Amino acid sequence: MTPPPLTPTNHRKVQLSHITTHSLQDLRQQAAVAAKVFIQRDYTNGTVCQFQTKFPSELETRIDKQQFEETVRTLNNLYAEAEKLGGQSYLEGCLACLTAYTVFLCMETHYEKVLKKIAKYIQEQNDKIYAPRGLLLTDPIERGLRVIEVTLFEDRSLGR
Amino acid sequence: MHLAVEQEPVPECQYNQICTRNSSPAEGSLARKGAHRRKWQVFQGRNKFYCNGRIMMARQSGVFYLTLVLILMTSGLFFTFDCPFLASNLSPAVPVVGGVLFFFVMGMLFRASFSDPGVLPRATPDEAADLERQIDTATCPSGPGYRTPPRTREVQINGQTVKLKYCFTCKIFRPPRTSHCSLCDNCVERFDHHCPWVGNCVGRRNYRYFYLFIVSLSCLTLFIFSFVVTHVILRSNRTGFLSALKDSPARYPFSVVVCFFSVWSIVGLSGFHTYLISSNQTTNEDIKGAWSSKRGKDNYNPYSYGSILTNCCAALCGPLPPSLIDRRGLIQSDDPQPLSHSNGTSLYTPTPLYSHMCDQDQCIQSTKFVLQAAATPLLHADPVVLAPLSGKTSMGGGGPCSYLSPSQPSLPPSSSTTTPSLGCTGDMVMLKDAETRCRHHHHHHLHHFAGPEDTPPPPPSPPSAPPPPPSSPPPPPPCPAHGHSHHTGAPSQVYDLASQDSLHDSSVRGLVKLSTV
Repeated sequence: MTPPPLTPTNHRKVQLSHITTHSLQDLRQQAAVAAKVFIQRDYTNGTVCQFQTKFPSELETRIDKQQFEETVRTLNNLYAEAEKLGGQSYLEGCLACLTAYTVFLCMETHYEKVLKKIAKYIQEQNDKIYAPRGLLLTDPIERGLRVIEVTLFEDRSLGR
Repeated sequence: MHLAVEQEPVPECQYNQICTRNSSPAEGSLARKGAHRRKWQVFQGRNKFYCNGRIMMARQSGVFYLTLVLILMTSGLFFTFDCPFLASNLSPAVPVVGGVLFFFVMGMLFRASFSDPGVLPRATPDEAADLERQIDTATCPSGPGYRTPPRTREVQINGQTVKLKYCFTCKIFRPPRTSHCSLCDNCVERFDHHCPWVGNCVGRRNYRYFYLFIVSLSCLTLFIFSFVVTHVILRSNRTGFLSALKDSPARYPFSVVVCFFSVWSIVGLSGFHTYLISSNQTTNEDIKGAWSSKRGKDNYNPYSYGSILTNCCAALCGPLPPSLIDRRGLIQSDDPQPLSHSNGTSLYTPTPLYSHMCDQDQCIQSTKFVLQAAATPLLHADPVVLAPLSGKTSMGGGGPCSYLSPSQPSLPPSSSTTTPSLGCTGDMVMLKDAETRCRHHHHHHLHHFAGPEDTPPPPPSPPSAPPPPPSSPPPPPPCPAHGHSHHTGAPSQVYDLASQDSLHDSSVRGLVKLSTV
């Protein structure tokens, strides 16, 4: 479901459809018409990194609700694992303190390891599930862990 | 997807084209895709970076050097004059323990000073636009009152209602316990305080280093103080008190005075922070009395884990979150840059920011002038209108642009509320724009502000979008912001105001400066 390449005709068509709102600018090149949906953080459990599992209405036509909620729930679990207070994190913290935090020059923190896992998971989800539907998930770490940005790519063939 | 990676959605395109002054040096570097620029070089807070982005400090770091000098001098004097005597007459463990303590103190000081305290990166243009849309659609139009919607959200955390405030500089709703540091101009997570002695903010990522620094410094100070006294006592046992002092008279006042005052202040500070850690509060919350029982019977700290031990462990040995600002990352050509000072190119690919510290300063200064000037007439007119300006607005070309693009062109109802702003904001920076519609807007808005005592004028019609029904009022927040920007559009009218108020002179100067940025 990749959008067709940008031809002069398409370009003009899209330009015209937006001429009322964008006439102020010199539209030199028109990108693929896309929209973005932002999944905000859920603070009901405190400052732990969790995202809202509420299904946004803009994605209703694109993806199955269960699928999407599953993705967000898995991400939430991964972030919870990263920030978990337990034996392992305490051990790491004490060891680091005793070595005046020089131990982090040679090994990475537990949080960083989990972040790598999350990046791989998002990549995999994008490849398998989201990209075929014209969607793209952005890793929240690139947005300062504020939002999960879902980019919707319009299907040009529908002439929107 | 090839298209996905290389092309930017239209809203982004608009931002870059409207909000920018295309400057050739920036474009020249962009032609090389800006691959060699790192993110710290375009960072928007008021921070200084050293060692190619590895070290991050606040702008005013003079007091930090004083701290360094005091610690180094006191320790240096101790090791030079007292340790030889004590090592030979008391125990060789004395200088060893002293040395270990000294290195620990310096290590913790450097970590607290040089690391990222937990700065939240500013919102990308799309995020900010989406938030604005949510805020606008969430507030019910309340007739001609132009009541500004309160930019707060309420969240229930462990049974307590916590208010999340909207940050005008960073264009985000601040997470709980996050505060905006006015000195560094950043939102910092779990903001404790800005420490001038350490030359940095103290926040989520460096609080444990700060705490360990003050604890170890109090140990070091007590150590030095006690052993200097021991040294004097031991010597005076042999040779008499006065001759013991005569051995190196000059340093005693310095060492003793510094140590004495340090002991009381630093030990006191350590005790205070120990209390804060055990109750899982920040200095900010404690000072404001956010969770004190005086505010209400049911007021308690929702972040506390219940036991002192767990609170301490969580604060000191908990997982260390990574830096969210990725200061050493390379700027990719398709990275969406945060709003203020965004500089665009002819392409829709967003560009690295070209703002340097001096440009930021100009923008900040100019913005201050504008806000001051705008505040004076507006204060007489409609205090509510000021609300969106009460925070820090970064109007250096990027602020109003947040109102610009509806992120979904296919949603006309919501976009119509923002399209009135479409015409206005473009002129924020493109002051010599030949668009007649925009000048039309200028006059419209200037009329709005020139006569604050008059009845509120009818809502300005958007220049390009299908005009909304007359009954729907425009969103108040954009108007004041745009109103200020339009002062430069019709200079004659501005000078009418300026002649009455010297602040307006400054605002004109400020806006002229803005236009040159």
